[in-house]
Amino acid sequence: MRYSALSILRHALSGNRGWKPAWREPQPKPHYDVIIVGGGGHGLSTAYYLAKEFGIKNIAVLEKGYIGSGNVGRNTTIVRSNYLLEGNIPFYEFSLKLWEGLEADLNYNAMVSQRGVMMLAHSDGQRDAFARRGNAMRMHGVDAELLDREDLQKMMPYLNYDHARFPIKAGLLQKRGGTARHDAVAWGYARGADSHGVDIIQHCEVSAIRRDDKGRVTGVETSKGFIGCNKLALATAGHSSETARMADLRLPIETHVLQAFVSEGIKPVIDNVIVYGGGHFYISQSDKGGLVFGADIDYYSSYAQRGNLAIVESTMEEGVSLIPGLSRLRVLRSWGGVMDMSMDGSPIIDRTPIENLYLNAGWCYGGFKATPASGFCFAHLIARNEPHHVARALRLDRFERGYAVDEAGKGPQPNIH
Amino acid sequence: MASLITCPHCGRRPREEFSIRGDAVPERPAPAASEEAWHAYVYLRENPRGKIREYWHHVAGCRRWLVVERDNLTHEVFAVTDARDMANGGAA
Ligand SMILES: Cc1cc2nc3c(=O)[nH]c(=O)nc-3n(C[C@H](O)[C@H](O)[C@H](O)COP(=O)(O)OP(=O)(O)OC[C@H]3O[C@@H](n4cnc5c(N)ncnc54)[C@H](O)[C@@H]3O)c2cc1C
Ligand SMILES: [Zn+2]
Repeated sequence: MRYSALSILRHALSGNRGWKPAWREPQPKPHYDVIIVGGGGHGLSTAYYLAKEFGIKNIAVLEKGYIGSGNVGRNTTIVRSNYLLEGNIPFYEFSLKLWEGLEADLNYNAMVSQRGVMMLAHSDGQRDAFARRGNAMRMHGVDAELLDREDLQKMMPYLNYDHARFPIKAGLLQKRGGTARHDAVAWGYARGADSHGVDIIQHCEVSAIRRDDKGRVTGVETSKGFIGCNKLALATAGHSSETARMADLRLPIETHVLQAFVSEGIKPVIDNVIVYGGGHFYISQSDKGGLVFGADIDYYSSYAQRGNLAIVESTMEEGVSLIPGLSRLRVLRSWGGVMDMSMDGSPIIDRTPIENLYLNAGWCYGGFKATPASGFCFAHLIARNEPHHVARALRLDRFERGYAVDEAGKGPQPNIH
Repeated sequence: MASLITCPHCGRRPREEFSIRGDAVPERPAPAASEEAWHAYVYLRENPRGKIREYWHHVAGCRRWLVVERDNLTHEVFAVTDARDMANGGAA
């Protein structure tokens, strides 16, 4: 069923009783060409592009919960491509281009909103670093503008410009950045994949990976029984170490929880996405009026999808120090999601040393923006057995080869990336 | 709760007083060990869901390095030991 203004009108006239579910609920077949483990944004987009762009037809996505129950439905929805390093910029820019055409491609309203992402600088050194980053972006054809304090004061009069410790000096603006409706991204890809014949199997947890006597993967044990496959692709953000262990792999990853918050709804006040450079705080306003924000991870390793109060407090402090008016607002809800924090803060899209096993992992807290490109590049790798050119730096063996992609230059400690 | 840690030197203290280093299980190889051994030590992690051992530094307290044994799913804390005692084969 194609969605359009006309179809809304037609269904309204018949009392909205004719809408069909957006995807089927099939029983698993005994065997697939490709099984993707994890029905988050990345697993679903991988399935969609495998079927649509790479002509593979017999595909299943196995999800232990329901579609949208993982990070794809828990993030703060920021989409941008303002990276610094050679290995990252072309990848995230490819993703942003896919976002720009996503709704037309999926025939689904993902509410992609290019409202601009502003990163604030609070010292001369930080301003210089942003000038460098902006230049790196522009050399790759990505839009970036360095704004001074006066420009910012006109755009965002409500910020605390004269904070004693973190005065606002400048801002790096990427106008094409913005937000997207996270659930709609999951649902849109699920519907798109389903319409190309992909079986989306919810409430199906993978508990073991079966291999033959040569070590090749032949299928998975699941809560719905054994399912065979030619190729197995892991896209289990936050649980990658657990699923990789099923094939005796150890990853350069530690699992951590990140929290997010939403305030009561208010009239439009924050037009863009704002990132505070004094600490690590980011905020935008949803179309319903709630302010959506977050800050640091909880620092200790955690598989629990809820966080600690110390971080709640420091997030609120950061927010109020940047936007004093926030102190009048009530927080409505907070939640957490568990993520793969990698050793250099960058993700992995690669083959593994095990035949027929492919890995998509290590997205840290920046993987939502990557959803389209991650799926496209992972599909390319699975179908052709070679990396897509924009993802060729994101290899699993980059640490032992000395090619870490460390945006922040922080070294091999997952909880500070 | 991992929001309150009982330091063997300072008693029950809030999580904000600590800085967390990460996995306390990997053992540093000898300086001349193979590249594979060093790569595994620096970069690869078991990262289990459940019972783990982690280095915590009591920066805003006694400034000792501690080993916290806890469950990273339930946040139950089983033991907190001074890292020196642990290295000398002490508690747990
Ligand atoms: C609070 C928060 C805020 C964030 N904000 C942003 C942001 O503003 N911008 C941004 O770009 N990124 C952000 N991120 C990061 C982003 O959400 C993730 O990097 C990204 O969603 C991960 O990919 P995914 O969508 O495939 O993950 P998920 O949706 O988590 O998908 C993984 C799926 O695998 C399933 N799974 C795991 N194990 C098994 C198994 N054994 N069998 C079957 N299924 C299994 C899980 O149930 C889950 O549904 C944020 C993350 C969090 C937690
Ligand atoms: Zn102490």
